[in-house]
Amino acid sequence: MAPLLQVRDLTVRFDTMDGVVHAVSGVSYDLAAGETLAVVGESGSGKSVHVLAMMGLIPKPPGRIAGGQALFEGRDLLTLPEKEMRALRGGKIGMIFQDPMSSLNPVLTVGFQIVESLRKHIGLSKSAAWKRAAELLDLVGIAEPHRRVKQYPHQFSGGMRQRAMIAIGIACEPKLLIADEPTTALDVTVQAQILDLVRKLRKQLGMAVIWITHDMGVVAGIADNVQVMYGGRIQERGPVRAVFRDTRSAYTWGLLQSLPDHDAPAAAGVAGAHRLVQIPGYPPDMLRPPLGDPFAPRNRYATERCLTEVPPLVQAEGAAPGHLVAAWYDLRQVRATQGAALHGATA
Amino acid sequence: MIAADRPVLKVEGLARHFVTKDFFGREVHRVRAVDGVSFSVAPGETLGLVGESGSGKSTTGRLILRLDDPTAGQVHFEGQEITGLGKGQLKAMRRRMQVVFQDPYSSLNPRMRVGEAVAEPLRAHRLFKTAAERRERVAQLFQRVGLDPRFAERLPHQFSGGQRQRVGIARAIAVEPKLIVADEPITALDVSIQAQIVNLFMDLQQEMGVAYLFIAHDLAMVRFLCHRVAVMLRGRIVEMASTEQLFADARHPYTQALISAMPIPDPDRELARQRIFYEAVTPPQEAQLQEVSPGHWVLSS
Repeated sequence: MAPLLQVRDLTVRFDTMDGVVHAVSGVSYDLAAGETLAVVGESGSGKSVHVLAMMGLIPKPPGRIAGGQALFEGRDLLTLPEKEMRALRGGKIGMIFQDPMSSLNPVLTVGFQIVESLRKHIGLSKSAAWKRAAELLDLVGIAEPHRRVKQYPHQFSGGMRQRAMIAIGIACEPKLLIADEPTTALDVTVQAQILDLVRKLRKQLGMAVIWITHDMGVVAGIADNVQVMYGGRIQERGPVRAVFRDTRSAYTWGLLQSLPDHDAPAAAGVAGAHRLVQIPGYPPDMLRPPLGDPFAPRNRYATERCLTEVPPLVQAEGAAPGHLVAAWYDLRQVRATQGAALHGATA
Repeated sequence: MIAADRPVLKVEGLARHFVTKDFFGREVHRVRAVDGVSFSVAPGETLGLVGESGSGKSTTGRLILRLDDPTAGQVHFEGQEITGLGKGQLKAMRRRMQVVFQDPYSSLNPRMRVGEAVAEPLRAHRLFKTAAERRERVAQLFQRVGLDPRFAERLPHQFSGGQRQRVGIARAIAVEPKLIVADEPITALDVSIQAQIVNLFMDLQQEMGVAYLFIAHDLAMVRFLCHRVAVMLRGRIVEMASTEQLFADARHPYTQALISAMPIPDPDRELARQRIFYEAVTPPQEAQLQEVSPGHWVLSS
């Protein structure tokens, strides 16, 4: 079966007063129906911009698609007329964002916004759509849905607004749900509830999910596959256990190492007893992206070649099938010989 | 043991209520943002203050810094009651109590060179005599927080988020404070930068013996770097204990729910996670903190 989404060599640029921002460079991947893919990265990694570009949501200018394809059920999203794109957004492709207040219309009731989507995309009658709206609020765990559908976004708490956003995102039972850091601003207890909800819904609806985040804990909890981006490129991609257990990219490894160790005793860091393993340096300036591997300037294991030539994303040697890495170095050797020393050296 | 020393900060019965009144001045609504909060911080200690947004943790920080005035209660800083202090006395106190905010960008003047920004508190407290002395102090501070002293001539927008937070920290430590209130200091930073800043906080504590009130919602980080933790819920502290005690033996259902919801960067553990659910309720007014074991306090329910 053909993948639901095929991204090929997607390249996005922004033409600014200061020069060209190399936001996304040659990103390619497949997403199967029903698959949950976590896209990890930090600001400037291209993780959000690449999906916004696919969905026709970057401002042009200054943004422009400099190349590539994004085939959704065989149709290229990048060349689709705006009218057809609008039919897809909120229809077969649902979207939820970090800040619900910026996507919910403050002067319309929450119910009306769901109803609007249901009528437009699947042509439900008015009464059927209102009934469905209340069911959806109930589905996402909002108590007293019949009262809540008539309320405005400001009458909802932060967690409830995010649930309402999800209700809108899944209203038309999309084939693909794109979630851009939807839980980052929420408290951990609410975040855990939202993750539970999405796990449940994707089973019920059989939808694929692209979950954009910077939180490796969230990735571990939700993803089938994970894709780590840095400097506008994919650094590593694969099944979530493979990437966490048999890490091949120095950037992914740095991220995992820099987190507090859950197995270390509590308060391990006080009085300077343990230090976190830090990644030296700062993220690249995408106006002047590094010539080779974007992470090379911060990578202590980088070779000469890493600095001058971009490595291709290929199947990692001896790794699980589908576990890809873009690296000229072999992290296995580094981990074997320097893994123990790394902790000691920086402690 | 740290707790035996005279606390650098002691907060007693601190409260901040927001009252809405009608036309006749009658109270119609009262929000108890902070309600009867008491704790202390020992010299060189890090106390974590955690809780959901709206729990009152940031308001507590603002009351301690005197950026807001309490409805009731007292704040003792190095033995002195500071809630009633006038401007002049506050200035002297601020030399010993500093703040680091979540967003370093909003706390820096965009038109002021960062070297000047770091020199500002030195000037306010007359900590240099000559321009050469000032430059030298600023250069030392830049080096101390891991910034190239040549960057002193730059403007804030020429820095990345992590670098700006280093400038914010350089400013805070310029006057050698005894206490730094750090309000979500790493939340806005890129993940690859967070460890750098946390390590810097720890180094500074070791070298200067500074105490931190670390307000945060990242429990993994709190677990790593705090000596003790206080958990806030709807304006009250519901549990307070050493970090070991809190994570090994949480007693309040809200603390248990919070810890059970902590994301763990390990797919197998996430699969095995047992969540504890707690429908948050406002703690009853008459509830009191009770010591369940030495140093471990839980709000009665």
